[in-house]
Formats: sequence, structure tokens, C-alpha cells
Amino acid sequence: MTIDWHALGTVLAVTLLSTVGLVGVFTLGIVGMSRPGGGGAGVLGRTAAYVCFAACAAAVAYGIDLIAG
Amino acid sequence: MEHITLLIGLVIATALVFDFTNGFHDTANAMATTISTGALGPRIAVGMSAVLNLVGAFLSVEVAKTISGGIVDESAGIRPAMIFAALVGAIVWNLVTWLAGLPSSSSHALFGGLIGATLVSVGAHGVNGDAVVTKVIIPAVAAPIVAGLASMLATRLTYRLGRNADPAATSRGYRAGQIASAGLVSLAHGTNDAQKTMGVITLALIAGGVIAPGSNPPLWVICSAGTAIALGTYIGGWRIIRTVGRGITDIQPQQGFAAQTGAAATILASSHLGFALSTTQVCSGSVLGAGLGRTGAVVRWGTAGRMVAAWALTLPAAGLVAGGAAYLADRGTWGVTTVGVIGLAVCVAVRAASRRKPVTRANVNDPVDVVTVQVTPSVEAADEVAPAIAPVTPPPAAAAPSAPTRTPTTA
Repeated sequence: MTIDWHALGTVLAVTLLSTVGLVGVFTLGIVGMSRPGGGGAGVLGRTAAYVCFAACAAAVAYGIDLIAG
Repeated sequence: MEHITLLIGLVIATALVFDFTNGFHDTANAMATTISTGALGPRIAVGMSAVLNLVGAFLSVEVAKTISGGIVDESAGIRPAMIFAALVGAIVWNLVTWLAGLPSSSSHALFGGLIGATLVSVGAHGVNGDAVVTKVIIPAVAAPIVAGLASMLATRLTYRLGRNADPAATSRGYRAGQIASAGLVSLAHGTNDAQKTMGVITLALIAGGVIAPGSNPPLWVICSAGTAIALGTYIGGWRIIRTVGRGITDIQPQQGFAAQTGAAATILASSHLGFALSTTQVCSGSVLGAGLGRTGAVVRWGTAGRMVAAWALTLPAAGLVAGGAAYLADRGTWGVTTVGVIGLAVCVAVRAASRRKPVTRANVNDPVDVVTVQVTPSVEAADEVAPAIAPVTPPPAAAAPSAPTRTPTTA
């Protein structure tokens, strides 16, 4: 009997990276959206937020692709 | 389809019943935190989860082809009666843990049932011990740890990044994030768990000579399995939702989002890399991790401990019930009938027992403390019920209602 430590380690690494990355990026998006005001900082914040959300949407699409595959 | 015998029909019906219990047992996986943080109303949450489970069932048939995953040696001679016994064992354990509000793995119940029934009917050579360790036990230990670690770190990060933000302004974002990640978990659940039932039905059809070995599941099997799990999900296993959403720790939107994302990532990463993790254990582990990640959050280790105990018991308990059922079912038609009647009696009894302290979508978000006290004896009773059913001498109709009060009428 061989325990596939490599696969186990890969699952751990991939999960940690993707979870922390996704949650981090999404949180940045949320924080960007919640910036008050309509000035330059506000617009910049919202633009950055949309980039973050787009990245998350892409990750979700990739996830659905994995499920279907 | 004209070759389907009564027994095969019975196996198919039982498989669909199992699929149904699988559905309501696992609603909590995707939706418990979503409901407890108020991101979605209970009714909408289970409705959405049901639809996504149904969609997931149609997405792929990869898992269905490898149902026993080499755990049971299919060439050793699988008979429909054995599959029937395995399913009865899995259903009984699912119902007992549901009554206790414990999120145990439906897949483990099914595997335990298959192993138990094979051990009794075929013997030890029918079970592949190596596969049991590498495909069931190691993932079972790894799943909650991986998911818990990921959500703990993610929870820390999201609180740190959002510490200066206005909670009112961010709550809408967290809500959307939670809904999206819960949807992903539901979809993954549909592809995984609905397919296990499809695989069992296909196995029974092959064993009965209805379809050729190696066939894909027929369309009507995919439709009925998807519908059964979606219906079960829609009914909502409120007892388990309450345990996961409120019992382990108090979940805030940030934690719910981190926990669901961690669960989705773990399930996708592992199934893509060939590890079949239990959705239930992944989700419960990530909720626990999210609880540990927020400073000041209370993690109820008593509830977590009972949950882990249920995980450890699932395989042997379902196996024991299925072994007893297989012993009886091997005796012939009367044996199969007896197993069917007893299984039905257990269903009725558990349902009757659940009526005493009903958990519905109306009270699913109430504090759990009251329930925790009442749950404890049922967990122990679960131990009693399983062996009590295995020899099948005592009428289980009396065994299960005695669970909360433990009246001595059982024996």
C-alpha cells in the first residue's frame, strides 16, 4: 500500500493558495467598493474593485469548468 | 427494461431513497452558513441548492462509472440483494445521524454499507483493504484539516484587509460572495453525490443483466437520481443545517464567505487531482476553521467532538447494519422482504422521533444550546440502534423512538 503524499500535498497547496487568494482578492474588491466619495480615490477604488470581481468571476468559471470536466 | 425483476426494481427504489436522504443530509454543506448569516432566506437557499444539485447531476457521469472505486472487488460476484443490503445500511445510518443533527458523510455511509454487505456475502477477499485506506480513510482525515486550514487563513486575511471598511457597505459584497461560493459547492455536490446513486443503480442493472457491463448510466437513471437528490435537498435537513450553521461556532458573513470558498476550493482541487473527499467533512471542517480564524469567536468543541465521533462511526456502523441486512437478504425472498420491512419501519420510527422536537426553516436559526443537550443521548442511541438492527431480532420500530428517552421496551 502506498500513500500518495505528493497528491495529498498538492491538494493542500492548491487549496490553500486558491482559497486565500480568492478570498483576499474578493475582500479587496469589497473594500474598494465601500470607499466613500465620488472623487478620484472613489473612482480608482471602484475600478480596482471591478478588476478584483472579474478575477473572482473567472475563478468561478474555471471551477464550473472543472466540475463539468 | 422488460427484464427488470422485482428485486432489481426494489434496489432501484432503495437507491433513490438513499439519494433522497443524501440530499437532505447534505443541504447543510452548501447552505448552512448562508442561512445562518442571513445571506439567503432558508426557503430560497434550499431551493437554489436543489436546482444546482439537479443541474450538477447532468453535468458529468465520470464519478458514476467508478462508484465503488475499487473498494469492492466487482468481479467477486456482486448480487442485487447485496446492493440492496448495502443501501439499507447506508439509509439507516443517514437517518440516525440526521435525527441527532450530526453532519456525517453520506458517501462513507454508502461505502460502509457496500463493505459490510460484501464482507458478509462474499467474504474478506471481496473487499480491497488497500483501497479502503487510501481512498476512504486517508481522505477522511485529510479533508477537514485541509479545508479547515484554508478557511482559517482566509478568515484571518479577510478580517485584516477589511478592518477599516464600513461593515454596512461591505455586507452586500460578502453576501454576494457567500451566495456564489455556496452555489459552487451545491453544483459540485450534485455532480459527486447524485452520481454515486447513479453508479449504484447502474451496478444493480449490470448485476441483474439488464444492461451490458461497462455501460454508461441510462438517461432515466440520471433523471431519477438527479430528481431524488434535488427533492431531498429542497426538503432541507434543518437539524444538520442548525448544527453546522449555529452549533459549531457563530458565523459572521466574512467567515461564511471564507468557509464556503475554502470548501469549494478543497472539493474542486481534490476531485480534480483524483482524491474523492467527503463534501460533508470538507464543509464542516471549513466552518470549524472559520471559527478558529476570527479572534473572539467561540468554537464549541463539544459539538465538534460529537461530529468527529460520528465520522469515525459512520463506516463501521453502516457496515454493521448492511452486514446484518446482507446476511438476511442472502437467505432468499423472505429475507429480502424482512430487510425491506425493517428498513421501512426504521424510516417511520425516525420520522416519528423527529416530530418530537422538530427543526424547521422557521426555527433553524435559533440558538443551538437547547438542542445540544437533547442531542447527546441520541448520539449514544445511534450506537445502540446500529447493533440492534444488525441481528434484527428486536423490532426496530421500538428501537428508534426510544432514542431520546431510552425506554427499556427495546429488547
